[in-house]
Amino acid sequence: MFKKILIANRGEIAVRVIRACHELGIKAVAVYSEVDRASLHVLKADEAHHIGAAAASESYLDIRKIIDVAKRTGAQAIHPGYGFLSENAKFAQTCAEAGVKFIGPNAAAMELMGSKTRARQQMEKAGVPCVPGTSRGLESFGQAERVAEEIGYPLMLKAAAGGGGKGMRLVRSREELKPALESAKSEALRAFGDSEVYVEKLIANPRHIEVQVLADEHGNVVHLGERECSIQRRHQKVLEEAPSPIVDEQMRRRMGEVAVRVAKAAGYTNAGTVEFLVDEARKFYFLEMNTRLQVEHPVTELVTGLDLVHLQIRIAAGEKLPFAQEDVHIRGYAIECRIYAEDPDNNYFPSPGKISLLLTPDGPGVRHDSGMYEGWTVPIDYDPLLAKLIGYGSDRAQAVSRLRRALDEYLVGGIKTNISLFRRILGDQDFQAGKPDTGYLDRLLHTTQVSSGDQHADAAAIAAGIFATLDSASATANGVAGDRPAVATASTWKQAARIDGLRQ
Amino acid sequence: MIYDVSIENTNYRLELNRTTTGWTCSLNGRPVQLDVALIRPGVLSLLIENQAYEVKREKVGSEIHLWVGNQRYTAELRDPRSLRNLKDGAGRQQGSSRLTAPMPGKVVRLLVNEKDQVEAGQGVVVVEAMKMQNEIKSPKKGIVQKLTAAEGTSVNAGDVLAIVE
Repeated sequence: MFKKILIANRGEIAVRVIRACHELGIKAVAVYSEVDRASLHVLKADEAHHIGAAAASESYLDIRKIIDVAKRTGAQAIHPGYGFLSENAKFAQTCAEAGVKFIGPNAAAMELMGSKTRARQQMEKAGVPCVPGTSRGLESFGQAERVAEEIGYPLMLKAAAGGGGKGMRLVRSREELKPALESAKSEALRAFGDSEVYVEKLIANPRHIEVQVLADEHGNVVHLGERECSIQRRHQKVLEEAPSPIVDEQMRRRMGEVAVRVAKAAGYTNAGTVEFLVDEARKFYFLEMNTRLQVEHPVTELVTGLDLVHLQIRIAAGEKLPFAQEDVHIRGYAIECRIYAEDPDNNYFPSPGKISLLLTPDGPGVRHDSGMYEGWTVPIDYDPLLAKLIGYGSDRAQAVSRLRRALDEYLVGGIKTNISLFRRILGDQDFQAGKPDTGYLDRLLHTTQVSSGDQHADAAAIAAGIFATLDSASATANGVAGDRPAVATASTWKQAARIDGLRQ
Repeated sequence: MIYDVSIENTNYRLELNRTTTGWTCSLNGRPVQLDVALIRPGVLSLLIENQAYEVKREKVGSEIHLWVGNQRYTAELRDPRSLRNLKDGAGRQQGSSRLTAPMPGKVVRLLVNEKDQVEAGQGVVVVEAMKMQNEIKSPKKGIVQKLTAAEGTSVNAGDVLAIVE
């Protein structure tokens, strides 16, 4: 087993991996950019090394600097987390050349899955069901037109190197094809440096369901069941659950078998995720494989009782999978909410800043994987994911009710977060009935929110007065008694009063 | 102490007195039995007629939010005795509109020049935060009197970017 691992990431996932290292008796080396000196992952690590400026290209994406820290510190392996360098085949290759184990698949498997068209070709050969479409990039408009006629409208144009909805266009009719093709190509070129675009048939009201796989370096591959990830906003996952409300035991077995076939066909090792689109008849199609640990891995951990990061490390250290497929059982139900620093009242615009008050939920069936603390200033430079709140229950209804209870206990003060969005989703009847497809959230957000009532307005009014009285008392006593920070608080109240005075 | 409190546009007259044994309170002239414990800065335990409430206070910019259970209330409050003083010297900004940064970030582009005419809703400055660009728009038709933002500089929430008159 490794004695020391470097974590080439930040935020909640870096903290998650450091915890796993400590649980396995492994020393954890953190790297951090200029603006992350006070971040939680630096606080939790055994060693921490400054690697550059805030811009990710000069720190968390700088392969040379990270390999250099690994060599200097004697780290035997690197865990890339998700995002940043996690799906960078060149990084995996450079690690291998430097004699540092990359905790993930080898570079060849990553490269194959990094190109959507090459992956499709390989998977079709292996008998994996793919969405009808082309497995090669479109060379000309004429070719695109011919293919489109064959497949039929509506269809999707997708970037071969794509992800996150970039370089993706919905084409409803022949007239829309030309402008859509041009804009998809130029967007793909800008986002990925590669303008290759291919065609897929549009699956109406699809669900996005993915299967977790684990492969050791001795040829053993298992799947750990599915995750339902249909709740998305702008092609970004917002809430995930396991198991999927529409997948039964038989469908799980079939999807799992296909996922294992995908992993084997790619020569895959370590943890990976095979994504499927599922149509209204519950037919499923291979979409892509994510060659990393997913943000939403905790829901699988809760329903299987396994620790995916422990297993990733053990597999990378050359150990065999300690169980077989028939030992994997799905028990209970888990739902994850991605807590982002963004403002639901202002088009989900990022809202970095200082966290003035943090109250986190606990109690039965609650897991909170977080990269924040009270007093921390969320930097403006990175993805605004703050934490993940995961609810677990013996069935879906219990998981939902526990999560709703936990959300009521949760407060991230001083910055805007999307916590209220989850109250809305979890309280929605269609969600509770397990109906959502990938269009669900956009539809929900277009409906007007029913006011949640004001039965506690009296209590709020009284509390407003008490806070103000305590503020002025503590300002008078120079911070000896009452609320803190005395001076700043009092002046804020004055400011509020002044603004109010102006409005009169 | 007497406060005029506004919760989501409903006004309350609140009378609060802190004694050696606790608090006395009346809300809109009606006496209310009240017990108060400050749990930690920003968090109160209130027992109102023995109904238990956990109230959390959050300040976002100049706004005060109070959370009771899962409900958020925007609170405005003033002490009626000091209102007259506050009104003196007010109106300083009349006629002009200040464009402020809604979040900390970096000014990536200026879309207008000083003395330019702008329409209501026209973009003036582009601020980038967390890889997203946000156009800060003019709230009114007018002339850009001052552009305080400079390309490439960092700004905090509430910083004035431009003044439109």
